Amino acid sequence: MAFDYEKYIRPGKLPHIWCPGCGHGIVMKGMIRAMDTLGLEKNNTAIVSGIGCASRLPGYIDCCTLHTAHGRAAAFATGVKLAKPEMTVILVGGDGDGTAIGGNHFIHACRRNIDMTYIIMNNYIYGMTGGQFSPTTPHMHKASTTPYGNPDPSFDIAKLAIGAGATFVARGTAFHANQIDKLIVEAIQHKGFSVVEILDDCPTTYGRRNKFKSVIEMMNRLKEVAVPVKAAEKMTPEQLAGKVLTGILYKEDKPEYCSEYQKVIERAGGAAR
Amino acid sequence: MENKLPTIEINERYCKGCYICIEFCPKQVLEMKGFVVSVKNLEACIKCMQCELRCPDFAIKVIP
Repeated sequence: MAFDYEKYIRPGKLPHIWCPGCGHGIVMKGMIRAMDTLGLEKNNTAIVSGIGCASRLPGYIDCCTLHTAHGRAAAFATGVKLAKPEMTVILVGGDGDGTAIGGNHFIHACRRNIDMTYIIMNNYIYGMTGGQFSPTTPHMHKASTTPYGNPDPSFDIAKLAIGAGATFVARGTAFHANQIDKLIVEAIQHKGFSVVEILDDCPTTYGRRNKFKSVIEMMNRLKEVAVPVKAAEKMTPEQLAGKVLTGILYKEDKPEYCSEYQKVIERAGGAAR
Repeated sequence: MENKLPTIEINERYCKGCYICIEFCPKQVLEMKGFVVSVKNLEACIKCMQCELRCPDFAIKVIP
């Protein structure tokens, strides 16, 4: 049966602003399917974003939404979660928003292990502002500000999140559209800070400069580089060179920030919520 | 078992002509007409829902 996406979309908001072939729409569909699977109430779900192409997403979804300052989604979302711990808080954003401008907020949200889900759409570039290189632009790939190739090594967002203390880290791609909603469902169900990195395509500012002839070629590249975690266990390091692991990469149970904060309130003799 | 043909609804106002549905359709059911996608060969459709799953623009609905 055809899935009814319209019931989670604000009336009159479509068509969205994303370019033809942009994977953000595929991620948004996965997110809506995940919300439907979990039966999240619109009034009890907050979607928070910063600035950027990916951060336009909350504008389309009919929930409690916050479109905040560049990179500050994690800070605003922490406030929402502490004020209303019963709410499901989902953060969305791009790679530049999450790991460059909001890098500090990101690692400290990971460290606190506050019960939120951060969906990072990694399209390897700053799309909205004109294709500047971001911390995830691969080495020697071109961007508008690195026309002869980017000399910087790039961030591995999943490893960064694990190192900073996130308790659930998963990675998917826009090509593996069926997997996106399953990863997001697991991430939302996990009690603690969950990071879901979705590798994405930006045909307009990244693909065009890096000799990708079409959206299809970009999608097929995502298919080629992705290796499921289970399959990677049987592969040699030579076979894994240049590949990216997908699936649930890390999961552990640690004390969650809201409940720890409640203990501090009780210890200080404050009014229990 | 009767083999009922599905209905493929295309919202031409949403479609941006990115070719994703055309390329990932295993049976070449869809084609480009002008700047938007249209159904070429409905009889070949196997209701795999790939076009609906992958369309980034919420433009395709397959009703089996």
